[in-house]
Amino acid sequence: MDLGNYASLTRFAPELVLAGGILLLIILDLLIADKRRLGDVALMTAVVALLLVGLEPVGPGAWLFHRMIVFDSFAIYFRALIALAAIVAIWMSIGSVEVHGCDQGEYYAILLASTFAMFLMAESANLLMAYLALEFVSLTSYILTGFLRHNRRSLEAALKYLIYGGVASGTMIYGMSWIFGITGSLDFHQINLALTTPGQIPVLAVFIALVLILAGMGYKVASVPFHMWAPDVYQGAPIPVTTFLAIGSKAAGFALLTRFFYPALSSLTSAGNWQALSGVDWPELLLFICMITMTLGNLAALGQTNMKRLLAYSSIAQAGYALMGIVVLSNDGIRAMLFYLFAYYVMDAGAFLVVMIVANSTGREDIDAYRGLAWRGGIVPAVALTIFLFSLTGIPLTIGFIGKFYLFAAVIRGKFYWLAIVGVLNSVVSLYYYMRPIKTMFLDAPQGDEGTVTPDAWNYGLMGVLACATIVLGLYWAPVLAFATRSLHFFTGIV
Amino acid sequence: MSHALTLITFVPVIGMVIILALPQAMKDSAKWLAVAATAAQLAIAIWLYQHFDTTTTAAQFVDKFAWMPSYHISYFMGVDGISISMVLLTALICFIAVFASFGINRAEKAYYALLLMLDAGMMGVFVSLDFFLFYIFWEVMLLPMYFLIGVWGGPRREYAAIKFFLYTLLGSVLILLAMLGLYFYGGQNTFDMTALAANASHYSIGFQRVAWIALFIGFAIKIPAFPFHTWLPDAHVEAPTAISVILAGVLLKMGTYGILRVNFAILPGATHELAWLFLGIIGTINIVYGAMCAMAQTDYKKLIAYSSISHMGYVMLGIASFTAAGIDGAVLQMFNHGTITAMLFILVGVIYDRAHHREIAGFGGLAQQMPIYAAVTGFAFFAGMGLPGMSAFISEVLVLIGAWQTYPLLTVFAAATAILTAGYLLWTYQRIYLGPFNEKYKDLPDLSFREAFTLIPLAIIVLILGVYPQAILGLLNTSLAHLNQVVLSTPVSAIALWH
Repeated sequence: MDLGNYASLTRFAPELVLAGGILLLIILDLLIADKRRLGDVALMTAVVALLLVGLEPVGPGAWLFHRMIVFDSFAIYFRALIALAAIVAIWMSIGSVEVHGCDQGEYYAILLASTFAMFLMAESANLLMAYLALEFVSLTSYILTGFLRHNRRSLEAALKYLIYGGVASGTMIYGMSWIFGITGSLDFHQINLALTTPGQIPVLAVFIALVLILAGMGYKVASVPFHMWAPDVYQGAPIPVTTFLAIGSKAAGFALLTRFFYPALSSLTSAGNWQALSGVDWPELLLFICMITMTLGNLAALGQTNMKRLLAYSSIAQAGYALMGIVVLSNDGIRAMLFYLFAYYVMDAGAFLVVMIVANSTGREDIDAYRGLAWRGGIVPAVALTIFLFSLTGIPLTIGFIGKFYLFAAVIRGKFYWLAIVGVLNSVVSLYYYMRPIKTMFLDAPQGDEGTVTPDAWNYGLMGVLACATIVLGLYWAPVLAFATRSLHFFTGIV
Repeated sequence: MSHALTLITFVPVIGMVIILALPQAMKDSAKWLAVAATAAQLAIAIWLYQHFDTTTTAAQFVDKFAWMPSYHISYFMGVDGISISMVLLTALICFIAVFASFGINRAEKAYYALLLMLDAGMMGVFVSLDFFLFYIFWEVMLLPMYFLIGVWGGPRREYAAIKFFLYTLLGSVLILLAMLGLYFYGGQNTFDMTALAANASHYSIGFQRVAWIALFIGFAIKIPAFPFHTWLPDAHVEAPTAISVILAGVLLKMGTYGILRVNFAILPGATHELAWLFLGIIGTINIVYGAMCAMAQTDYKKLIAYSSISHMGYVMLGIASFTAAGIDGAVLQMFNHGTITAMLFILVGVIYDRAHHREIAGFGGLAQQMPIYAAVTGFAFFAGMGLPGMSAFISEVLVLIGAWQTYPLLTVFAAATAILTAGYLLWTYQRIYLGPFNEKYKDLPDLSFREAFTLIPLAIIVLILGVYPQAILGLLNTSLAHLNQVVLSTPVSAIALWH
């Protein structure tokens, strides 16, 4: 189905709600005195958007707005994930001491705008739309990163982010122009048709174009060599924003990456496997990037002493794991990637939330602030952080293990044995730095200068939900798997 | 009793949950709850022992239902002759270990909760027949172990704990990959170990070799086999007494158990081909090298740790022999080593609690001051040496008889090490318990009732199995003979003609 502008609006309800929420926030900001209420409005908007995404029918799919946007189950999955990320980010913002000092109306409006842009990234069916959505996400992210106007780190991070982002998206649009030159189209489907038609394909030119485009997408998922911004930005941004970038922005990047490399650049064989364009060896390229990303992320994390920075490198490594699902060229792999991104959402949001809880009370983000946390009244956040970190390592009884299990299963099934070995060795390396905060919290004695962590129902509530989800879904993960399986469908015009 | 295996695995978990829910004011009852949970487990184990059918090789007391049908993962528990003795051992050692923990006086609730979690993990490994479930239990055990060493351990506990964790995780991930390989190879699509074993002939020999070595490394780290043994002395030295007891008593056996359960049963071809090198030769190195290292130690506990490495070598040599005597002896040795080493570590703990150090050279003439303690130690040392009339004699002789038929040269080394073993144990005994009395220790009290209570049952078992080994051998025979037959009946390709 190829829907026109008006007919498209019915399928576009979650985005419309988000847009309405943004406008409402701007107006309410002028009207009400208690600016704290604005966070609640943003939260409600995100929840309604999530519900609307959840209620969307899983039909054969359609093109919206004259093939600018595609509506299919794959897009539903990512929009649900991004909406969940937005809910966590807003919830954390409401409970964050850092964010209270900021202009509430602008902050939440931009956060919702960023969510809106990520939705578009997950469903764009056209290179132009993809570029615009990606730039939209980037612009809102720059502002959110630099939101702590009086904090030099925050400003520095925003500037760095801006410069890296400018270079990356410039490179990407240059690559897109090559694709347009070769195929004569910006539409993913048309590109696919042009490239798979037997005849003269300039293989080298296509490959170069892909490398250029990968710069933009790799930058969003923070894969090597486009990862350099991540540690500084994650460290400088307010913690809720860091969380949103780590889980939401990364998910949107993976959505775009998958949609571009699978339906646009590969073809589905009758056996249910994907086949890359003959001659254009992007899986090899991604395989290489994937291995380097997880290895570099893990090795760099080993020496970190700031929790946000440690989690930043960890999130680079985690992106490397998720890339394994894309590299193997199978539906199994994509499903494992989808599942893993959900697992990553739960556990990484949880870890950042604990960091925020500690920072709220003590104003500190370094590992030393966690010394003996378990023995000085912080046993609850200490246990929760332990659960999240074990899950990030991939120890059983957590959803992180199940996620890794499916990834490695897809890798082994695809006979990428070296990738599997690199992947598991990385898991072992990662254990070392994930255990460091745990060691600090449980094995080290407090020295008296760490400050106390005071419980508050708002943040502890969310922490409890995420910790329970990590464990319960680690024991019974069928619903998530079913949702991921349902979401393997890319709409390509064939009903 | 239906669901006996589920019950025996999860009784400690119930205990753990209750302990965690205890209010802080009632933390003294944590240890009694742990006693209750492990006692219940022991009772179920004895019930299993009585109702175990020794004539069949099939899995018994089966508990099975689908867990993740879309991936053919099932919750599948059962015991056969390979695992029943380990189930008994686990229940027994954990029960003893709880009593050996009564000296813990810091964060008791957390300690006993973790101990019970460890207990559940170990029991789960021995009763799981689904590879996925097996792997979950295998890994879950690492977490409590890390904290038990790391929080309640000695001065270098952080180093020892993380070293243990990293080493064993490295082994586990290799097992994970091999497990996935077994699952996908040739479209088997099952994690059911009995089904995998039944279809063992599907695997090509090339695949078998790769998977076998990956699994072997994973299990060898746990045994620990040379050269993967370096974590063990550190972990033992830093761990609290009860944790050392569990570590040496049960945990190490999971390595050799895994080799029997997975390598032997599922990959018989590669086993037949590679066992001489990886189990026979490395096992012999373990025996000789472990004994020599033990001789060189100045720390009492480290000495026992190395002797433990040495004794596990007999297990490896025995199962590599592919003879009925060797393999029966090996599994019996797993049980005997569990009881004897547990005694030895408790005895080390006794003196450490009193003198607060373990330097062998710092003692002397303790027999005058603590006669009962010295007598029990003497008994345990003789058991460790494999004196006739004690359980280890039977198992080591069986191993040597079996190994002699297959590897005469290696058996010479293994048998000769008995002299080294006697040497370092007697020499240690002489330095600590005999000779001039060190006046510094004239106030040390003798064994307390609680300590005696942890040692005497083990001593009785050692004696009983010394004269009536059939009590355990009877359980094993049928299954092990069948397993051995499976391996022997697979043809061996050229490279294995070394012996």
